[in-house]
Amino acid sequence: MTAASATLSASEIAKAVTSGKLTALEVTETALARIERYDGILNSFTDVTAERARTRAREIDSAIAAGRNVGPLAGVPFAVKNLFDVKGLTTRAGSRINRDLPKATRDATLIERLEAAGAVLVGALNMGEYAYDFTGENVHDGPSRNPHDPSRMTGGSSGGSGSAVGGALVPIALGSDTNGSIRVPSSFCGIFGLKPTYGRLSRARSFPFVASLDHLGPFARSVRDLALAYDAMQGPDADDAACTTRAVEPAAPRLAQNIGSLRIALAGGWFQKNLFPEAAEAVAHVAKALGVTKVVDVPEAERARAAAFVITTTEGASLHLDRLRKRPNDFEPAIRDRLISGAMIPAPLVDRAQKFRRWYRAQLLEIFRSVDLLIAPATPCVAPKLGQVNFVLDGIEMPVRPNIGVHTQPISFIGLPVVAVPVPLEPMPIGVQLIAPPWREDIALRVAYTLERMGAVSAPPPRGL
Amino acid sequence: MSAELIDDYIASVAALLGLPIEDAWKPAVRANLEVSLRMARLVEEFPLPDETEPAGVFIA
Repeated sequence: MTAASATLSASEIAKAVTSGKLTALEVTETALARIERYDGILNSFTDVTAERARTRAREIDSAIAAGRNVGPLAGVPFAVKNLFDVKGLTTRAGSRINRDLPKATRDATLIERLEAAGAVLVGALNMGEYAYDFTGENVHDGPSRNPHDPSRMTGGSSGGSGSAVGGALVPIALGSDTNGSIRVPSSFCGIFGLKPTYGRLSRARSFPFVASLDHLGPFARSVRDLALAYDAMQGPDADDAACTTRAVEPAAPRLAQNIGSLRIALAGGWFQKNLFPEAAEAVAHVAKALGVTKVVDVPEAERARAAAFVITTTEGASLHLDRLRKRPNDFEPAIRDRLISGAMIPAPLVDRAQKFRRWYRAQLLEIFRSVDLLIAPATPCVAPKLGQVNFVLDGIEMPVRPNIGVHTQPISFIGLPVVAVPVPLEPMPIGVQLIAPPWREDIALRVAYTLERMGAVSAPPPRGL
Repeated sequence: MSAELIDDYIASVAALLGLPIEDAWKPAVRANLEVSLRMARLVEEFPLPDETEPAGVFIA
């Protein structure tokens, strides 16, 4: 494989490998070389599974030589946030504590499904500790760094996923999103990300955070790649109690369908506040490209964000209670202190948050009776500097870390599917959320694809490498 | 709510749950708890019918 092919998309790689123009091993070696060359800057990988990848690539090449169809992701390198189980590795979930756990004996379901479609796992990726993070910083492994400016955050908690795809080390990565952890790194790193409907993709054999809010999903540098990965991972899984039993609903074959009949609106109210000029510009840019002027108020989104905050901190505290008792000094201090405080929220207040969730969900479902897609900012700002503690938003100085997700939290709170699309502003890109009704990932992907074909959104080449 | 009241509450709940909290962590725990309680109050003050069910797993 030539150096030029390092920039091929997943679908181009699969086509080249399937047709024999490239071998899976050549593609794998190029990805490994690129990781070797650039990850010293990006710090996106915590584990590189080079030998496993070479073995898998050789199997694919043998299968192709024997005339077998190896799948739509033939030879495509990918990597996963290190909360996915990878057979033979310890699932660290960004923590020090989990490094004492036994090695995983089986891959996570989504890894198995991508590999069944011909993809090749090349490693595990850096992340914020226990996914309780919007920055991509990590005291144990060091911060993942933004591929467009390594002095800036990747966003989190799937920071390594954003960095690895934004830096074009791999065309596809997987991450998790509880309150925005796919959409925030997508925005800061200038790539596409899909947070599917809650329950759409299996979470089996991934380390949890907030059971009632956790989603897994893909990152990519093009909408077609995002859809190919998503389609390959769909399907029921008895190993995840929340995973839907709905049949697979492939999105890739429908990407080019005309979107002219779709009713698209801007999310109003809360989603038009707390924005830096770049975020407002990005939303306006997407709305203009789609010819959208209608604004729909999303009622009580601020309260929805608050309810998600409460559920997150309490369910997170419940998950980690015993570790907080026994190994409090082995946590990242800021995360430990948040989790301890989460253990102290009176139960009736958590119950109210869960009940409010049903009320809010009904309001959004009502909106989706007359709207097919909502446009909203993904983050209030472009990637802040690493270590930045505060920013001034709407004239008020506030902490960076919890406020990065103000526009993502009210959406994942009720499990709606979202594609984050990158607007390649200079010097730093920023994302926009395309929010669809439940189980209609295809709508968000079709609109994203149309925007990409128009040239309105795109993943810029890594500007910091 | 006074800082003293919150500190007493934190100490009591920590003892009940068996959570060790070193003195150096207390200001951050208190600050986080104050934010979380502010968020929880924002939710609580929203009136809901008595019949409202919690929303657990999302099924459309």
